[in-house]
Amino acid sequence: MSKKRWWQGLGLLIVVVLGVYAYQTRQVSHAGESITAVGSTALQPLVEAAGEQYTGEHLGTFINVQGGGTGTGLSQIQEGAVQIGNSDLFAGEQKGIQAADLVDHRVAVVGITPIVNRKVGVTNLSTAQLIRVFTGKVTNWKQVGGADLPVVLINRAQGSGTRATFEQFGLAKHRSKTAQEQDSSGMVRSIVATTPGAISYVAFSYVDKTVQDLSLDNVSPTEDNVTTNRWKIWSYEHLYTKGQPTGLTKKFIAYVESPAVQKTLVRQLGYLSPSQMTVERDAAGKITPLGGA
Amino acid sequence: MKTKTTQQLEQQLKRHSKAAKLEIWGRTISLTALLLIVAVVVAIIGFVASKGIATFTSNHVNLWDFLTGKSWNPNITDANGKPEVGALPMIVGSFLITILSAIVATPFAIGTAVFMNEISPNKGAKILQPVTELLVGIPSVVYGFIGLSVVVPTTRAIFGGSGFGILSGTCVLFVMILPTVTSMSADALKSVPRYYREASLALGATQWQTIYKVVLRAATPGLMTAVVFGMARAFGEALAVQMVIGNAALMPNSLVSPSSTLTSVLTTGIGNTVMGSLQNNALWSLALVLLLMSLVFNLIIRLIGRKGRLQ
Repeated sequence: MSKKRWWQGLGLLIVVVLGVYAYQTRQVSHAGESITAVGSTALQPLVEAAGEQYTGEHLGTFINVQGGGTGTGLSQIQEGAVQIGNSDLFAGEQKGIQAADLVDHRVAVVGITPIVNRKVGVTNLSTAQLIRVFTGKVTNWKQVGGADLPVVLINRAQGSGTRATFEQFGLAKHRSKTAQEQDSSGMVRSIVATTPGAISYVAFSYVDKTVQDLSLDNVSPTEDNVTTNRWKIWSYEHLYTKGQPTGLTKKFIAYVESPAVQKTLVRQLGYLSPSQMTVERDAAGKITPLGGA
Repeated sequence: MKTKTTQQLEQQLKRHSKAAKLEIWGRTISLTALLLIVAVVVAIIGFVASKGIATFTSNHVNLWDFLTGKSWNPNITDANGKPEVGALPMIVGSFLITILSAIVATPFAIGTAVFMNEISPNKGAKILQPVTELLVGIPSVVYGFIGLSVVVPTTRAIFGGSGFGILSGTCVLFVMILPTVTSMSADALKSVPRYYREASLALGATQWQTIYKVVLRAATPGLMTAVVFGMARAFGEALAVQMVIGNAALMPNSLVSPSSTLTSVLTTGIGNTVMGSLQNNALWSLALVLLLMSLVFNLIIRLIGRKGRLQ
């Protein structure tokens, strides 16, 4: 009986010690701030890399980065559940979001290009031809000067930022015909690479030699053409905050916008920096030249 | 007035003994566990139902249009100003792929179970049992990946098209549900009493006649339960199917045209919608359809079980 008492006493002691320890560490991690950024998978690599660098330089800070998609990012930031919402779209373009509550921080620019399977034998299309391909009016590549192969459309999922940007600027707001949908750019690329006659669209950073990118109206998809808006299919990558950011959120966003990150990480990961742009585009798609840039 | 000793005696007798305390303690623990699980199930059903019904109550989508509409574009409103949320392509896709994979898997599963139980119990126990158990343990993403890199190109080479579609999905699901159906069929065969077989053999029936006319007949309710169980698993499988079916919300016009299932649309769409919006609610409605269907599968299994007992 007394031995049992002893064990019970020991158990109680362990619980108390653990409780005190947990309480203490809670205090510590509270003192060392932490923020969470959630949303767009297209922007995730940049925020993750910047977050790692930042926490490496500022010990005791924690930046959690999670994917989940643009819709998740915007709805979480609207509810105030996280500190930063990552988005491929202007908040006003996503249904169910009150854009007025959110503050936009544009941290990168992404160019998007149509890609086709290498056997298609087409390297340039006019915008009108591209629209006819994606609306299902062209069903064989020989109708636009390519090989005798049926057209296989591959879309990103509905609500994806890449798809929204492509339909708005690449297809002049025409809606793509219902076709296969994939929920990641890597998957799209590998399917286009292996399926004869396939066409889809990805961000510049996903283009490699397994697929053929297309010029539109003889403008090739290059970063230089994006900065002047000659290549029209591009979008900003946004970090949204609810109200003006404070504390660590403010410092971290300032860090991502700083030249140190914009000139290194942003470029290395295949994005463009907004500072390279010679034009600016608003949520309605209106283009204004930037003076002096 | 009671004396001191009788009072003490009374207390001693009324006090719970150690065993009685343990009894109460044990009951409380198991009751709490039960209540917790019931609460979780009720909460899940309640949440999915409340979200799923919102499409029809707060977004005013017609239930009939939802179930029979063929066009799924929640972002777009049609000519009448109603959102295009027709779930029929997904419902048809889910059922088609479930039924086809069950049709393909059943003969293989029952054949394997018969071999394991009746023809060669020794080899069956040594080789087939571990192999079947291994198949159960493979994660669905691995099946999906193999489907994507082996089944899809093969389908494309043989039947043309893009290779994505119900046929590829059926091939992948067939392998996925095979172990479930096999092991449950084996259990059903095992539960057939030994004297059935002895009586049949004593009457001069061959082994095959015994299996075909006696064992399989007696085990029919169990075998049907196994098949329905496999179908329930096929119906709910998301990841592997999503990787090979092509995810096009179109009515399947052939087995090799890209189509979609309830689960594949859910997994691709949920990250791109905002909580509380019509797009999100419509996905919850799909989840509700899935939940109701798995309840139906459960009911069928129970019904079969009950009928089997009566015989």
